Amino acid sequence: MTRAVRIRVDEVELSAELAGGEGREAAPDVAEYALWLGDDALVLAQQLGAWIARAPELEEDVALANIALDQLGHARSLLRYAGTADGRTEDDLAYFRDEPEYRSAWLFEQPNGDFAHTIARALAASAYQFVLYDALQGSRDPVLAAVAAKAVKEVDYHRDHAAQWTLRLAGGTDESRRRMAAALDDVWPYVDELFRDEPLIDRLEGIAVRPSTLRDPFGRIADAVLAEADLRPSARFSASGGGRRGIHFPTLGYLLAEMQVLARQHPGATW
Amino acid sequence: MTETWPLWEVFVRAGRGLSHVHVGSLHAPDATMAVRNARDLYTRRGEGVSIWVVPSEAITASDPSAKDAFFESPAGKNYRHAAYYTASEGVPHL
Repeated sequence: MTRAVRIRVDEVELSAELAGGEGREAAPDVAEYALWLGDDALVLAQQLGAWIARAPELEEDVALANIALDQLGHARSLLRYAGTADGRTEDDLAYFRDEPEYRSAWLFEQPNGDFAHTIARALAASAYQFVLYDALQGSRDPVLAAVAAKAVKEVDYHRDHAAQWTLRLAGGTDESRRRMAAALDDVWPYVDELFRDEPLIDRLEGIAVRPSTLRDPFGRIADAVLAEADLRPSARFSASGGGRRGIHFPTLGYLLAEMQVLARQHPGATW
Repeated sequence: MTETWPLWEVFVRAGRGLSHVHVGSLHAPDATMAVRNARDLYTRRGEGVSIWVVPSEAITASDPSAKDAFFESPAGKNYRHAAYYTASEGVPHL
């Protein structure tokens, strides 16, 4: 006998969408660091959103959309916290900052390309975010620690999704393997920027995670997947980067134009 | 894309002590990805603690056109129900 589970919509208890609670103001340096992480997540969410209705199968549409929404949730928590430093809202920061005011790293700004490029970018991005949030759970800043504690579980799934697809494309057909290898070659030059220590980090001891300390744990996660896939991305060059200082890959301008146009044309619009 | 992924039937267990219940089907290239797709499609609102996937082709189903022969014969066979029998006086707790 099956027991019918009846869900009353008005009785469903909704949990808080944003991690980190209310009422705590970020110091300017902490806010800047929150922008680094929040902008990475926001840019990735917007990029993945472009796959919706275009993924190889309907099921993959939903998977990529779920990951995009997770990233958007992290971005909202982090941008809201960053905004407390100078009285701006998460929407002010998302929609009314220009390209040089963004702090995303170039890896996250790499174009979607074909599905293999999106997976290669996801493999690097999720391994980085996983080791970052894992370490950030121990931050002295309670808001960053709370955001990280929620995000690390979600990013763990993103990491698994990217790894599973890397293995399948690498071990699929000759064509899928060729595309996966080409995508890794195109994406990997943008990995190095993630592990560069900027002067900001020296002022956030115990609060931020020092990027250079993440290089080894990142390598262990990524290398395990690449070894199983029997693929070696050729580090042909290391991109100059500069996202943390407002210098961006050319794709970001177009991405922001599309993301921001509605809010700027109709400030305060709701629907 | 010319080939489509095979179809899988998804069973979700809502909580401890409950059975896995069929919730629907999906496409996936293999069993591992089917579990992941099921997680994304059927457990987005905390519906489950465990997922089973089964290749749809592995399920042998009863024939819908044999409905009468299969399922309507119990009518009139009241002796198959416990309520058909009267309890003996010496058995007070039935």
